Amino acid sequence: MTRTRVFEGKTDYIQILDENGNVDKALEPQLANEDLDVMYRLMITVRQFDRKAMNLQRQGRLFTYLPVEGQEASQVVSAYLLGKQDRTFTMYRSHGVFIARGFSLKQMFLMWMGTEQGGKIPDDLNDVPLEITIGSQLPQAVGSAMASKILKKDSVTAVYFGDGATSEGEFHEALNMAGVNRAPVVFICENNLYAISVPRRIQTASKTIAQKALAYGFEGVQIDGNDVLAVYATMKEAVEKARAGEGPTLIECLTYRFGPHSTSDDPSKYRSKEEEEAWVKNDPVLRMQRYMQARGIWNEAYEQQVLAEAKEMVDKAFEEAEAEVHVEPEDIFKYVYAEMPENLKQEMEYLKKVEEEKKELKK
Amino acid sequence: MRDEMAKMTMIDAINSALRQEMERDPTVVVMGEDVGKNGGVFRATVGLQDKFGEVRVMDTPLAESGLVGAAIGMALSGLRPVVEIQFSGFIYYAMDQIVSHAGRMRTRSRGRYSVPMVVRSPYGGGIRALEHHSESNEAMFAHSAGLKVVIPSGPYDAKGLLISSIRDPDPVLFFEPMRLYRSVKEEVPEAAYEIPLGEANIVREGADVTLIAWGSMLRQALEAADGVKEKGVNAEVIDLRTISPFDFDTISKSIEKTGRAVIVHEAPRTCGMGAELAARAMDHNFLNLKAPVVRVTGFDVPVPLAREEDFYLPDAYRITRAINQVMSF
Ligand SMILES: Cc1ncc(C[n+]2csc(CCOP(=O)(O)OP(=O)(O)O)c2C)c(N)n1
Repeated sequence: MTRTRVFEGKTDYIQILDENGNVDKALEPQLANEDLDVMYRLMITVRQFDRKAMNLQRQGRLFTYLPVEGQEASQVVSAYLLGKQDRTFTMYRSHGVFIARGFSLKQMFLMWMGTEQGGKIPDDLNDVPLEITIGSQLPQAVGSAMASKILKKDSVTAVYFGDGATSEGEFHEALNMAGVNRAPVVFICENNLYAISVPRRIQTASKTIAQKALAYGFEGVQIDGNDVLAVYATMKEAVEKARAGEGPTLIECLTYRFGPHSTSDDPSKYRSKEEEEAWVKNDPVLRMQRYMQARGIWNEAYEQQVLAEAKEMVDKAFEEAEAEVHVEPEDIFKYVYAEMPENLKQEMEYLKKVEEEKKELKK
Repeated sequence: MRDEMAKMTMIDAINSALRQEMERDPTVVVMGEDVGKNGGVFRATVGLQDKFGEVRVMDTPLAESGLVGAAIGMALSGLRPVVEIQFSGFIYYAMDQIVSHAGRMRTRSRGRYSVPMVVRSPYGGGIRALEHHSESNEAMFAHSAGLKVVIPSGPYDAKGLLISSIRDPDPVLFFEPMRLYRSVKEEVPEAAYEIPLGEANIVREGADVTLIAWGSMLRQALEAADGVKEKGVNAEVIDLRTISPFDFDTISKSIEKTGRAVIVHEAPRTCGMGAELAARAMDHNFLNLKAPVVRVTGFDVPVPLAREEDFYLPDAYRITRAINQVMSF
């Protein structure tokens, strides 16, 4: 009888810029001031968009909304490292990814106003509509990455999901398939510690989410998701690895959503005030400010200017979106098939007639 | 005490049914995403974990297939699980477990095993929710063997039907129209009571046309019935309540009397329950019919997003139009 160890794994945690602003010089990525400036502006824009959307929802001008505040670094910085030829698969909280990928703010408002027109993917973008059902986007992202390999395209796929999603079968099937095919995909798990009210310990008995990659034959790393430098360095390596044909990576970003899960959620039912306050001190935006200040590229005047610009862009985008919103019976039939079948044509004509009759009645 | 009534919303009524069944039967367990500490995203399970503990009221990992599969295993082993799927648009993850396993276990074991499980799920449109949060998918399950499908139309029915579903020896899908959760209150007995599965309810008697609806569509049908009454048309309104196995006997008797039928459902038209009911009317009432059976349904499209869902949902106007159509045929 023999008993030999056949597998042994390890998973690292990476933090480069700590909560107090200290930088691990050995790991610090070489970032130009311009990069920091662009990423910072994106993060501030995301936050302004998010706050505006929350306010609009409270006023009844948007329906349901899911806020991202607190998670900007993991989204913006990772998406910033992708090129136009790359592709993202996202979820309902990925506003930072959308903005960093170049979706117009107007389009995003149209989306969150619950209009069919909001779903339109602009022709110059290669990204896939956000996913609301948990985890469905993961196997699709793997397939997209496999296609770029088969078609010999220089395109990397990044897929975003939460800690809750790692419990779905889709997560495991996707990672397995990515590992087997060495697909050029980066899995970005934003572990904000809760899936609505359910804490991470109820999702998995594993110590980390990152370690799950080991079981599927590739590397997983856990990082401080509120540390822009750690996100940058890890994502850069993962994207380069994928591009070089060396397969997938799972990045677990430890982060926290400052707000409720959605506008229908009350987090006081499952999180303590103390916990929330501690995380607000760990704000990725504040931490980035400190780093930029130490590099001499952030001060109050800069902050005011960036904020004012972001606010103006967001306000203007909403005004434009509101002016553009219109709904027509055709909207819901038009894109179901390439060619509209007879039953849909009949239903559409019926609905148009009914809507006209209702208008007449109101007169 | 036993006859005491209380004004309840449908959420209150569901909570009351769960609580009483858990008190009565220690094998009843409640499981799902956010059902424990949070009391459910619609608060249907509020207070249950405090009362019955974390073992009987379980917050589970986010995994619908795992959740329903595990519930089947529990049901095979002496428990009566009541699973919550957070919205009926997420039930597809568990389709294999429900359709290929829960519905077949009795057949496959030649009666040795059964799956006394209830899958509860908020269902349907009308609350301007996000994509995938407004699906009406009862027909998919009615199309599958071995499953029961129940849709209450108000608080009183919700409590009695849920209690019957929990006590039923077979797997039951219990779809709760979200639109009705808090919008209506009814007098509901404090004590437990059953409303038998498989029995339709004649909500209003009438001689001219039979209106068949369920869930939130019942209210639209009643509104239309009120409207046509002023013009001298008396509609008989039937709440199907159990979608599978359904009570065609009540419908058939009504059509014998009225000779006309309008079927209303929120789900898409093609292969919806309306198609099945209309076919049964052909089988049983061909010689009674004075006009073709008319369906008022959702369309064969993905449920539209919030701002456009009113285009999709049948309303009293569309139902009235259909009534006029069968009356003037
Ligand atoms: C398949 C499926 N089940 C349930 C839901 C309802 N739901 C929406 S968000 C959510 C929690 C998701 O948590 P996580 O994946 O950690 O992402 P987070 O919202 O924290 O960003 C749940 C259960 C859903 N959208 N899809």
